[in-house]
Amino acid sequence: MSQLMHPDSSLFDDVRGDFYTVNFEKGSRENTFILNLGPQHPSTHGVLRVLLELDGEYIMRAEPVLGYLHRMHEKMGEIKTTGQYMNNMGRVDYLHAMAWNWAWAGAAERLGGIEVPERAEYLRVIATELNRIASHQVGWGAYILDLGAFTPILYAFEDREFVLDLLQMMSGSRLTFSYFRLGGVASDVPPRFFEKLREFIPYMRERLKMYHKLVSGNMIFKERVEGIGIIDREMCDRYGATGPVSRGSGIAHDTRRAEPYSVYDRFDFKIPVYHEGCCLARTLVRLDEIAESLNILEQAANQIQPGPVQPDKPLKVGYKLPAGEAYFACEGGRGKIGVWVASDGGKNPYRIKLRAPGFSNLSLFAELAKGTMIADAIAILGSLDLVIPEVDR
Amino acid sequence: MEILSFWTIVQLVLALVAILIFISGNAIILVWMERKIAGYIQRRPGPVEVGPEGILQCVADAVKLLSKQILKPTHADSLLYWLGPILIFFAVPLIFMVIPFSPFFTAYEVDLGILLILAFSGINVLSVLVAGWSSNNKYSLYGAARSVSMSVSFEIPLLLAVLAIAFQTGTLNLSTIVAKQGGWPWQWNIFVQPLAFFIYFVCAMAETNRAPFDLGESESELTAGFHTEYSGMGFALFFLAEYANMVVVCCVATALFLGGWNGPFLDGFWWFLAKAYGLLIVMMWIRWTYPRMRFDMILNLNWKWLLPLGALNLLGTAFVLKLIETPCIKEFLEGWGIL
Repeated sequence: MSQLMHPDSSLFDDVRGDFYTVNFEKGSRENTFILNLGPQHPSTHGVLRVLLELDGEYIMRAEPVLGYLHRMHEKMGEIKTTGQYMNNMGRVDYLHAMAWNWAWAGAAERLGGIEVPERAEYLRVIATELNRIASHQVGWGAYILDLGAFTPILYAFEDREFVLDLLQMMSGSRLTFSYFRLGGVASDVPPRFFEKLREFIPYMRERLKMYHKLVSGNMIFKERVEGIGIIDREMCDRYGATGPVSRGSGIAHDTRRAEPYSVYDRFDFKIPVYHEGCCLARTLVRLDEIAESLNILEQAANQIQPGPVQPDKPLKVGYKLPAGEAYFACEGGRGKIGVWVASDGGKNPYRIKLRAPGFSNLSLFAELAKGTMIADAIAILGSLDLVIPEVDR
Repeated sequence: MEILSFWTIVQLVLALVAILIFISGNAIILVWMERKIAGYIQRRPGPVEVGPEGILQCVADAVKLLSKQILKPTHADSLLYWLGPILIFFAVPLIFMVIPFSPFFTAYEVDLGILLILAFSGINVLSVLVAGWSSNNKYSLYGAARSVSMSVSFEIPLLLAVLAIAFQTGTLNLSTIVAKQGGWPWQWNIFVQPLAFFIYFVCAMAETNRAPFDLGESESELTAGFHTEYSGMGFALFFLAEYANMVVVCCVATALFLGGWNGPFLDGFWWFLAKAYGLLIVMMWIRWTYPRMRFDMILNLNWKWLLPLGALNLLGTAFVLKLIETPCIKEFLEGWGIL
C-alpha cells in the first residue's frame, strides 16, 4: 500500500485519495503497491489514468479510469444543428477524423434520406483511406516510441506529412477535418490532386517495405511484442473489440466488407488477418492495412468520374432531420465507428450516441494486463492504439 | 604508509581542477554531439540556432537549469535527497585521476588503477538508490530498484572481462596495460580478447543506464525513473554524471582494449581521445536505434549469456597463459618466433 513509501506512515493519514483510489485500495492484498499510471503519463497518449496494483514488477490488478478528456460531444449534438455538429466530429478522434465525419454524415443522411453524388462518394473514400494511412502511421510510430525507441516515430511522421499535404489539398486543414457535408463533401479537389496522389502511392509502397523490415528485422522489438498480450476471439466478442485489435486475433470482420456502405463494394481489397492475437499481430495488421488502403486509393483514383460533389441544392447548415431514428457504422482506424441519431423533427437532433471503438478496445486492458510486467502493460496499452479523446468523447 | 608530499598534493589538486574542467567541457561537447547524432539519425538538423551549428545550445540549457527553482517534494528525506546528485558526481573525478591519457598525462598513477575504477564506479549505484528512495515518489522508487538490481548484476561480467585483460597483461596498472599494446589495431588487446571487449561494452552500456538498458529512467514507463522529482541543478548533476560516466567507461575501454594513446604514428593523448570518442559515438548510435529491453530480458541476457561467457573467457585465458608458460611449449613457440 502507499504507506509503505515512508517509514512514518502517519504522515499519510490525511491523504485519502479520490473516489477511485479509495475503492481500488479496498481490494488490495498485503505487500502490494498502488501506482497511478497517469492521467499525465508519457505512454497513455493523452490523459488516461490507469490504477495498478503491483507486486514488484508484476501487475496484480489494473483499472482504467476515464473521463479526464470528456467534452460532452454527445450532449453537444443536442444543442447544435446538423451542419454545425460536423465540426465536433473532427475532434472526437483527431487521428482518424474523416471516418467520424463519415459516421455522422452517414447517420444523418440515412435518417433524412439524402442522396450523395457519385463523385462525392469517391472523394469520401479517398479522404477516409488517406486519413487511415495517416492514423496508422501515428499508430505504429508512437507504439515503438512507447517501447523506448525514439527514432521510428520521426520516420512515420515524415511520411504522414505527405498524406497530410494531400488531405490539406482536399479539405484545407491538416488535423481536425470537417470535410464532409450532409449530401456530399465541402468542395471538389484542386486539379493537381490526383497527380500528387498517383505520385504518393508507389512512394508509400516502397516505404512500407522498409517499415516491415523495421518490425520483423528488429530483434529487441520482436522480443518485446511477440506473444505479449494475447487476445483470443472469445475475449474480442465479450468486450466488443473491433478493428485491428480483433483482426489481430483472427476475426476477419471489417465494416467496409461486412456491411458495405458507399462505393466500397466496387473495390478489390483484402482484409488483413493474423491469428496470433499478440501485440506483434496487431502492429502487422496496421501495416498491412496501409497497403490495402493504398490499393483502394489506386482503384478509386482510376474509377472516379467528373461530376458534382453536392446535391443540386446544397443542404443548409440548419437542416432539420425528420422525426425518427437511424444508425450508421463505418470502419475507422481503430475499429467500428457507430453513430445513432434520434430526431423529433426539431431544430436540433433529439439524442445522439457515439460508439467509439477505442472505448471497447480499452475495456480489454484490465483483463489483459493482469499478471504482466509494467513494461508489457505499456506494450499492450500501446498496441490497442488508443486515442483518449475518442474514448472519453 | 607513505605520506603524500606537498608537491604531490599540489599536483593532485591541479589535476582535480583540470579534470573538472575536462568533464564539464566534455559534457557540453557530448550533449551537442548526442543531439547532432540523434538529428542525423532522425533526418533532422538538430540544434542550429545558438552559436555555430548550435554548439552553444548546451550552454543556454545549463543557464536555464541553473536559474530554475530547486524543488523538494513534501515528505522527501532532505539529507538523502540532496546527497543523491552530489554522490553520483563525486566519484567521477576520482576515476579520471587514474586514467592514462598519455604517458605524461596521467593525473595520479597507482598500481591498482583498475581496482580503483571498479570500486568507485560502484558508488553510482548507491547514489541512484539514495535518490530514488528519498524522493518519496513511486516512479523514482521503481527506477531506483530496477537500476540497482541491473547495475549490481552487470558488474560481475564486467569484472570478469576486465580480469581477463589483467590476467593476460599481469598487471592492474592501466599505464602498463596500455604500454604493452602497440599502435596498430592487431596489436591491441581487442584483437586477442574480442569476447572480453564485447562483454565489457555491453556491461558498460548497462552500467551507465544507456538505452537499450535505460531501465532506471525508461521514460515511457516510469516518466523519468529515479530522477523524476529533481529539477534545476539536481537534475543537471544527474545529467552531467551520465555523460561523465559514459566518458569514463569509454576511456577505460580505450585503455584496456584499444591501445590507449598508441597510434600508428605520433603517439599521444589525441589518439586516446579519438578512440574514446569513437566508442561514445557507437553508444549514441545504439541508443537512437534500439527499443528498450524489458527487465527480465536484460537480466536473462546477463545471467544466462554474459556471465557464463565471461567466466569461460577468463578460464580460457588462464588456461592458455598457463599453457604457454610450460617450459617445453614455451621453447617450441620461441623456436617458431611466436613469442
